[in-house]
Amino acid sequence: MEAKKNRRHTISVWVDNQPGVLSRVTGLFSGRGFNIESLCVAETMDPATSRITLVTSGDEQIIEQIIKQLRKLINTQKVVDLSELDHVEREMAMVRVKAEDKSRAEVLRIADIFRCRVVDVSPTTYTLEITGNHEKIQAVLSLLKSHGILDIVRSGTLAIQRAKKE
Amino acid sequence: MSTKRTGAQIFLDCLEREGVQHIFGYPGGAVIDIYDELTRRPHIKHYLVRHEQAAVHAADGYARASNKVGVALVTSGPGATNTVTGIASAYMDSIPIVVFSGQVPTHLIGNDAFQEVDIVGITRPCTKHNYLVTDIKHLARTIHEAFYIARSGRPGPVLVDLPKNVQQASIVPEPLDPKEIRIPSYQPTVHANPRQVRRALDLILQAKQPVLYTGGGIIHSNASEELLKFAEALQIPVTSTLMGLGGFPGIHPLWMGMLGMHGTYCANMAVANSDVLIAVGARFDDRVTGRLDAFAPHAKIIHIDIDPSSISKNVVVDIPIVGDCRDALHQLNNLLKKEEPRDWAALREEWLGRIREWDRKHPLKYKKSKEVIKPQFVVEKLWEVTGGDAYITTEVGQNQMWAAQFFKFKRARQFMTSGGLGAMGYGFPAAMGVQVAKPDAIVIDIAGDGSILMNIQELITVVENNLPVKIAILNNAYLGMVRQWQQLLYDKRYSATDLSAQPDFVKVAEAFGAVGFRATKPEEVEPVIRKAMEIKRPVIMDFVVDREECVMPMVPPGKATHEMLLA
Repeated sequence: MEAKKNRRHTISVWVDNQPGVLSRVTGLFSGRGFNIESLCVAETMDPATSRITLVTSGDEQIIEQIIKQLRKLINTQKVVDLSELDHVEREMAMVRVKAEDKSRAEVLRIADIFRCRVVDVSPTTYTLEITGNHEKIQAVLSLLKSHGILDIVRSGTLAIQRAKKE
Repeated sequence: MSTKRTGAQIFLDCLEREGVQHIFGYPGGAVIDIYDELTRRPHIKHYLVRHEQAAVHAADGYARASNKVGVALVTSGPGATNTVTGIASAYMDSIPIVVFSGQVPTHLIGNDAFQEVDIVGITRPCTKHNYLVTDIKHLARTIHEAFYIARSGRPGPVLVDLPKNVQQASIVPEPLDPKEIRIPSYQPTVHANPRQVRRALDLILQAKQPVLYTGGGIIHSNASEELLKFAEALQIPVTSTLMGLGGFPGIHPLWMGMLGMHGTYCANMAVANSDVLIAVGARFDDRVTGRLDAFAPHAKIIHIDIDPSSISKNVVVDIPIVGDCRDALHQLNNLLKKEEPRDWAALREEWLGRIREWDRKHPLKYKKSKEVIKPQFVVEKLWEVTGGDAYITTEVGQNQMWAAQFFKFKRARQFMTSGGLGAMGYGFPAAMGVQVAKPDAIVIDIAGDGSILMNIQELITVVENNLPVKIAILNNAYLGMVRQWQQLLYDKRYSATDLSAQPDFVKVAEAFGAVGFRATKPEEVEPVIRKAMEIKRPVIMDFVVDREECVMPMVPPGKATHEMLLA
């Protein structure tokens, strides 16, 4: 049989902002053996609604099943597979990098090239804030790695559909 | 109306508004206020079970027989955890029930208080939806939502967790009409898309070898009549899943019997050779399909189901139709009226002839015996003596399959079994629920000697409430189905399946105040059944049957349906 193609999908889920709803969503993934690569949740402009952005991967049939199962939850208002639409994705990372002597300037140069912000400074380290898509963050991290990453925290993916162009 | 009502009062007011007349339950500290209020409600009859699992199975049986929502009421902690098997079974089989559990007072939640358990967390994956009511203001609305969710769309169990202080608090309730309940984020698609229905009919009209493969959805949507009309109009042969039995008359010329692991040869062969497979309210379960790539390999598949997530889950379908089965079949029948009439009987002659030939070659059969009681013989006799009218529940295992194969069900809602979960211990309490819904009917639990012990304590409940449930134990002193697998697939290494150590079931019946009969020879079977049916009391019939009888045909697990072992 032909191997089924796995693709990365970014899915937006609008849910009732109530206790236990997030656990219904994550429970669905673990219970049915779907994987979650990342997950972001926050209130929308309407405090009664939260918006979840999740990244998952699977072949077409699995993704279809994930979307249907999400829609089946009573507290789910809307599900959109952004990967099928023109959209923008962003992630954020904060990294504390060793920066001593001559590497101090080099770290700042990398930060500058990738438009990172320095959010904290110590005599031996910089803490950088990086935003961008998944690939950009991977690129910055791989450059910083040789200088010594002391601490790192990353968000999941956020995504929004682009406005119609007319 | 502007007087204050307690949570317990509001709870029972809501049940009355929902038309609830019967509840199955077990009291405890966390629901004592509700039980106190129950003494003032003559219109609601409470059945005191002896184990909470039985309360849920009884509510399940009641719901299936009555087409209403079944209700169970239990206390917190162990009361609640004991309901989980019953809830999971109702979830797998899409049965509308609402389970109410007591909970510790809200200020103690999370403190590991006495008899506290996070039952909402525990039952999240096995309920259609569940609620923890933390404020009496939301109580009434939540209860009505629970009933609405349980019975609408693809039905299922809903659990509502009720902290004790919510039951004890009081407010002036706002008027609320359960018919007005709307949940914006929950809008099941009932009406099937007419364009899809049209496409489906066009495909069906071209089919040379079509098969209707029906499931529990036929029963839940009360679609039997539409199904019969459609099948007869186009002369399409019908098979069904375990859950769909009774949805099509079991003695109809177009009926092929159940399909799948223990389905008939002709049903499995018909599906394997079909060119158009019309799945209605069924979900392509692994016990039905066998090895997936060999299931209906030449067929275009039409799938009608109210749950979009059932469609293309296991098998990719050609024409999906989301909607209520009855609605979709009704539309198909209407479209059909406008078609030019054709002589379908003549057009189908060859296809139906092949199916009859398969059936002649390998019908459902067993070796008859004059010395030892064959379990299939008992089921046949139960069918004969009751004129095929009895309500049948089953436990799980061989007893369940023999009941499915040899009792020819006449109508929908006549057969109750734990199909998806396969919960042993289901049949007896479910029969109790059926008997409550149908007090004058004959209700028989076809049981095994293993399963019946899982909820045997309910004998006292049926005796206490004069529920004349009949239990037919097909007693082979084995956990028969597991033994059958060991016999056929594990070189007869009978590991932990010998149940020779067993109670005297006749004495068990008598000890509980019921009636017990035993039959050990074939000629005793019918007299025992006749006697049991005449007695208006609970009866155990202990049929000592052939120990090593197997359920045949059998598609070994993971094999294709055409690789079935035959009797």
